[in-house]
Amino acid sequence: MQFGIFSVGDVTTDPTTGRTPDDTERVRAMLTIAEHADAAGLDVFASGEHHNPPFVTSSPTTMLGYLAGRTKNILLSTATTLITTNDPVRLAEEYAMLQVVSGGRMDLMMGRGNTGPVYPWFGKDIRQGLPLAVENYALLRRLWEEEVVDWSGRFRTPLQGFTATPRPLDGVPPFVWHGSIRTPEIAEQAAFYGDGFLHNAIFWPMEHTAQMVNFYRQRYEHHGHGRADQAIVGLGGQVFMRKNSQAAWDEFRPYFDNAPVYGHGPTMEDFTRETPLTVGSPQQVIDRYGAFWEQVGHYQRQMFLIDHAGLPLKTVLEQIDILAEDVVPVLRKEAEARRPADVPANPPSHAERVAAARAAGRLQAQQAAPADHWTGRAAEDDLEAAQAAGATTR
Amino acid sequence: MPSRSIVVVSGGLSQPSSTRLLADRLTEATVQDLTRRGIDTVVEVVELRGLAHDVVDMTLTGYARPDLAAALSALAGADGVIAVSPVYAASYAGLFKSFVDVLDPEALSGTPVLLGATGGTARHSLALEHALRPLFAYLHADVVPTSVFAATDDWADAGGEQVKPLPERVRRAAAELAQRVAAREPVAKGGLYDAVPSFEDLLGDA
Repeated sequence: MQFGIFSVGDVTTDPTTGRTPDDTERVRAMLTIAEHADAAGLDVFASGEHHNPPFVTSSPTTMLGYLAGRTKNILLSTATTLITTNDPVRLAEEYAMLQVVSGGRMDLMMGRGNTGPVYPWFGKDIRQGLPLAVENYALLRRLWEEEVVDWSGRFRTPLQGFTATPRPLDGVPPFVWHGSIRTPEIAEQAAFYGDGFLHNAIFWPMEHTAQMVNFYRQRYEHHGHGRADQAIVGLGGQVFMRKNSQAAWDEFRPYFDNAPVYGHGPTMEDFTRETPLTVGSPQQVIDRYGAFWEQVGHYQRQMFLIDHAGLPLKTVLEQIDILAEDVVPVLRKEAEARRPADVPANPPSHAERVAAARAAGRLQAQQAAPADHWTGRAAEDDLEAAQAAGATTR
Repeated sequence: MPSRSIVVVSGGLSQPSSTRLLADRLTEATVQDLTRRGIDTVVEVVELRGLAHDVVDMTLTGYARPDLAAALSALAGADGVIAVSPVYAASYAGLFKSFVDVLDPEALSGTPVLLGATGGTARHSLALEHALRPLFAYLHADVVPTSVFAATDDWADAGGEQVKPLPERVRRAAAELAQRVAAREPVAKGGLYDAVPSFEDLLGDA
């Protein structure tokens, strides 16, 4: 089972000091957090994607590409990639590039985005959110799976003879998750393709999460990808820990009370009882998160939000250390001990997907066509011409 | 015949509340009318006062805490609704509107609804027609023609030439609601996942 952290990249005033980082400081903090998580031994770092303040995560593949070079083992992902307002052609290119650059140490999670104005800013209509997610993702898959794509649809300009480059690493596209909190159609989409489904339950009661996940599991089996209990499931979570439980409560409360989204709403007592937010000792986090499988079945990825609401970088790094040293090893061991042998321990890695594709005889050629479709010329031909031109001007 | 569920929303904020008093009168008359038609009823009363914090929390967090979730789910499964609000500043009470704000926009679509309101004097009575009725029209509820306003004086008024006494208005409105509830098939309790279209349909030609 994988355990990781995800950041929405919010720039929020620290309510205890009144200090607000600027965008540059926040971006660098995210990079530090990801590198620290890698060094500490966490499994996944995922970046959100937002196109409005107070968020800085507008360009996830730039950040993840940098991190691919700076980190060793951690898997790089998104939470989420906007499948509605991004051009699926650019997504195919950017995430294939990230896949190649990271050597397959990545996956990504599709989401629709819930910030109204972002849709018109990118020329889209929020009322078309679901049809956009369906059409764009169908195109994205074709661009990864088929070398030359002829396509026309409702939401973007048609494509004739288009090849997205670089081609996916080893001819196998990245693994994809779909994230949704309350839209069964998205769980259905994940099930239809046999993709992963992540329920980011951080603001919702676990009963609701269990309903969504179990619906996805049944549909996964219905679509013939395996048994319901073999579907690939992830959960979002949220924790704040100190060795002493009361110290955790005292320290986190001002951040909770002023946090974006739920601040000035429910009390921390209510919210920790009704949602997965757990504030307390590492053992309390182990007890709570070690029991979620009873409601959603054995699952493959648990993500934690730990760097929001204005928490200082130093505190976030300490949280990573507590997670990695005191919590994750226990949860991982417990999960492994109770997992049936034919239920996947983890989401499929790149190597596993390559092996599966090879076994199924559907490994596509890794290279794009040697010459482009329009001129019949290869890059080398142009190189010679360019060198010749360069020689005359020198 | 299966029993019908009548859900009563009372938006009174004081305790005891004349809004609840009116809601109870409307409920009693509706149940009696349905009984005469040979229809059993199950009545559930949602007192908004007790849900006030949950309603505000949901507008902030997007999820319903357990008591509010139960109330929302009861409304979505109601065969008939009686909704009564005090009139504040020429309209429904803010809490009443906030509760409607967190209702699923489809929750009352087609549901027979009887509206009531209370206020200090009869001068507030048209708030029912200018504020509550359009709100429930927006929700596509089937609002009965007679809505009932109870001013303080109504509780001790035998009526007059212009205005029928409160019990008579209550009976008439209740009969309209009962008639609609009786005429409809009982609401099937559906889940979030019952109506998910096949993915092939979603995909269309994409």
